[in-house]
Amino acid sequence: MTLRHLRRAALVPLVLLATACGPDMEEQERPRPIDPEPVLSGPTSRLPVEGTVARGEKTAWEVLRDRPEITPELLAHGRERFEIYCAPCHGIAGYGDGLIVRRGFPAPQSFHQDRLREAPAGHFLAVIANGFGAMFPYGDRVPPGDRWAVVAYIRALQLSQHAEAAALPADVREALP
Amino acid sequence: MAQVFKPSADVWLRAILVTAALTVASIVVGGWVYLHSDWVTDVGEAPWQPVPFSHRHHAGEMEIDCRYCHYTVEQSAQATLPTAETCMTCHSKVWTEADMLRPVREAYAEGRPLVWNRVVNVPDYVYFNHAIHVDKGVGCTTCHGPIQEMALTYESHSYSMAWCLDCHRDPAPFVRPRDALTDLRWKPTKDQIAANRRRLHAEGVTPETMTDCYTCHR
Repeated sequence: MTLRHLRRAALVPLVLLATACGPDMEEQERPRPIDPEPVLSGPTSRLPVEGTVARGEKTAWEVLRDRPEITPELLAHGRERFEIYCAPCHGIAGYGDGLIVRRGFPAPQSFHQDRLREAPAGHFLAVIANGFGAMFPYGDRVPPGDRWAVVAYIRALQLSQHAEAAALPADVREALP
Repeated sequence: MAQVFKPSADVWLRAILVTAALTVASIVVGGWVYLHSDWVTDVGEAPWQPVPFSHRHHAGEMEIDCRYCHYTVEQSAQATLPTAETCMTCHSKVWTEADMLRPVREAYAEGRPLVWNRVVNVPDYVYFNHAIHVDKGVGCTTCHGPIQEMALTYESHSYSMAWCLDCHRDPAPFVRPRDALTDLRWKPTKDQIAANRRRLHAEGVTPETMTDCYTCHR
């Protein structure tokens, strides 16, 4: 056996090391987002520094400053978000009679009253972000763009319960009972 | 010279051969059954949790949308466990004295998250991303089972690679329209499957690319 053979033989254990497999790969040493973090205490996924904006994205203020154009897509998105985050308490139609309220949560104000029909959009944007009375802030669950969509849908709900028959398109008016 | 084997030796030989064959077969079959059984896969077993949270109550009876609590599921790889603040959105006013909610109140007061135990634990060499599945129309109950019936949360089936591939090879029977993602009682119809096939084809979701090794193992 020459020295070259010996050198080759020495590579064998190295190759075996490189193929290490089994439980070590199933439970790798990298931290996963919601695992507890031992050094800093808390979850491994940290909150971004306040005011952090992703590259190319608008800041929350830039999104909230300009009212988006009201489109059927915006309203449909607003309806979906409303039914996820708002309807449990405010009810599907916004009367403040959601399932959680029927189980003992203090009833929120109905959207169908003059005070809220006349309230500016900014009022709803602020309440979604910061909460109001017993209502917790929803700012982290409903991002700024979605808040506009929800407000648009609240306006549609308000109109649905407070519209003049004369203001309806002719074909819809004919369908009225 | 005396006979080495008696006539009965022939019977013994056959008996031993048959027994050996049966033993090997039963080890193979038994091993396969055991490895796929609930003892190994933990299907149906609810791990201990700091709070005995009931999806049956919250998602089933109270009809709270999945995304009310798991609110990053549409944007992120993780569906996210809710913050203590999310729990306290209701429980600041409802069941405020309940002893079993003490850990939630303490976590909220101290500003730290509740540490839950994983129910579904895929190996670290699998890169699963919730957002892309939800975006293409895989509904919650398709993978997580009848969550609205679970008083305590458990795996409804084994999350094996074969199970993932069943859908990656032909997703049309498993996906649904975007507005039915969190519908807990959604059932596909025949027309739906054909419609899914057309939509997935149009969106470029093809089994050819979804069964590459690096789709899930990176």
